[in-house]
Amino acid sequence: MKTVMNGDFAASYGAMTSDVKFVAAYPITPQTLIVEKLSELVADGELDASFVKVESEHSAMAACIGAQAAGIRTFTATSSQGLLLMCEVLHWAARARLPIVLANVNRAIAPGWSIWADAQDSISQRDTGWMQVYAENNQDVYDSILMAYKIAEDNDVLLPMMVNLDAFFLSHTSEVVDLIDNDKAKEFLPAYDPEYKLDPNNPRAFGALTSPEHYFEFTYKMFEAMEVAKKKITQVGKEFGDIFGRYYDMTESYKIDDAETVLVTFGTIAGTAKESVDRLRKEGKKVGNLKIRVFRPFPTEQIIDALKNAKRVVVIDRDYSYGNEGAFYTEIKGALYDANLRIDTYGMIAGLGGRDVSTAVIKEIVEKAETSEPNKTYFIGVKR
Amino acid sequence: MIEIRLHGRGGQGAVKAAEILARAAFYDGKVVQSFPFFGVERRGAPVQAFTRISDDVIRIHSYIYEPDVLVVLDPTLIGAEGVNILDGLQENGKVIINSTKKPEDFDFHGKNGIKVFTVDATKIAIEQKLGSASAPIVNTAIVGAIAKVTGLVTIGSVKKAIFDTIPRYQEKNAAAAEATFNQVK
Repeated sequence: MKTVMNGDFAASYGAMTSDVKFVAAYPITPQTLIVEKLSELVADGELDASFVKVESEHSAMAACIGAQAAGIRTFTATSSQGLLLMCEVLHWAARARLPIVLANVNRAIAPGWSIWADAQDSISQRDTGWMQVYAENNQDVYDSILMAYKIAEDNDVLLPMMVNLDAFFLSHTSEVVDLIDNDKAKEFLPAYDPEYKLDPNNPRAFGALTSPEHYFEFTYKMFEAMEVAKKKITQVGKEFGDIFGRYYDMTESYKIDDAETVLVTFGTIAGTAKESVDRLRKEGKKVGNLKIRVFRPFPTEQIIDALKNAKRVVVIDRDYSYGNEGAFYTEIKGALYDANLRIDTYGMIAGLGGRDVSTAVIKEIVEKAETSEPNKTYFIGVKR
Repeated sequence: MIEIRLHGRGGQGAVKAAEILARAAFYDGKVVQSFPFFGVERRGAPVQAFTRISDDVIRIHSYIYEPDVLVVLDPTLIGAEGVNILDGLQENGKVIINSTKKPEDFDFHGKNGIKVFTVDATKIAIEQKLGSASAPIVNTAIVGAIAKVTGLVTIGSVKKAIFDTIPRYQEKNAAAAEATFNQVK
């Protein structure tokens, strides 16, 4: 059923359609309407789940870990400082191999206090063992949550997944979202039934002291799981498309076949970039766009395949790894190196703290790349 | 794709107007997007809201800089310090103003093909007792005028959108939209 809703509600309804049984959340800023809506849905009896209001984001994730370990499908949502406070338990959830799904509204980190779009929050949690998706629109937010559970709960994956959506540009923007019928959703995503769980009738220890004899292997298992996850994400995205008509993958190429300049983007900037590609092509510029939808696991193979014929690779980062460059830029260059591809690259930092990245800004970025020295980082639109 | 930018003051309901417009267009089978200017809203301060209406998927996620249609909920914003209502307006663009004046009274009427339309949405909102007499809420009223001037949405869908988004006084809000639909010039 098609309706109009903002990105926050798309996340709430994504959790509801996924039939989550447990939601824990801390309700104060930078929290968003995602959990407020879920609390309403639970209170109104539309969603049969326990809603637990906790005293911090750290506790929210800790509560989800407990419930998920007991064999229940859980969900939480947070943003910026809240995600940072979760850091310790994010690691715990991943290493405990609990397929928790979390919606994170990408907001800038204080100080200065900001509630605006910026991916620094989730990028700084890159190495927690969570899979990371960056949504382009509200439909993507909704669909990605359903797919996230399917991927995360796969017995050969068992890793948590974070679905990221840009503050305001999605969270507070109303768009058409096609909601999936509950019965159809259940066919795609059956009830959660883990092989291992906390059960008084069959006691087990989870997260016990691990000597050097075994710890290394636990990490190696996560490496294997992430490799499997790459295939699963593609497979589940196709399966989802076959059923619901909307196809997803780790990356999405737009007009790159003959493109001399390929933009590499994520989140809402990817959508605006596609619009820009069409406008720039009318001006005779051969531009294309590669959207990175999944950042962890990193889609190295797909990236190499998409960029191998490009003359110029222009990466737009709404984040900055202090003392180096944009996080996506570093990783894209790593992928190219793996394939012995020596292409001119440009690191473009743009849109920090909610600064708008319009089609005009993307045009400026393409022109900047055409006229600037390659293999460098540029801050776009910075006031000096 | 048609891009509409709404200018109002905090408390007048510009954000809701953008949402009602989008929802009405959705009921008419269009692809839509609506959002506020992401600021720190204060009552009385200038605010903006945006609506995109399209036949195809809307990929762009940024503010509207070159609108096809401008909607002004508060006439005191025209010429107000730090506010340039006409900024980026397309040639042959339409401007819908909540005002007691005639379109010809605005000096930009007819320049660059710009067409001004006016309606006294404030009076209509007060008649329907929407908000208070000193601070009437004109958002639902102005959407009726947008429907008439642009033909982007039907008045039936506007009314349905009002019933689906406004929690109280739905009849009065719908009546206000109907009135501006009939009175805008």
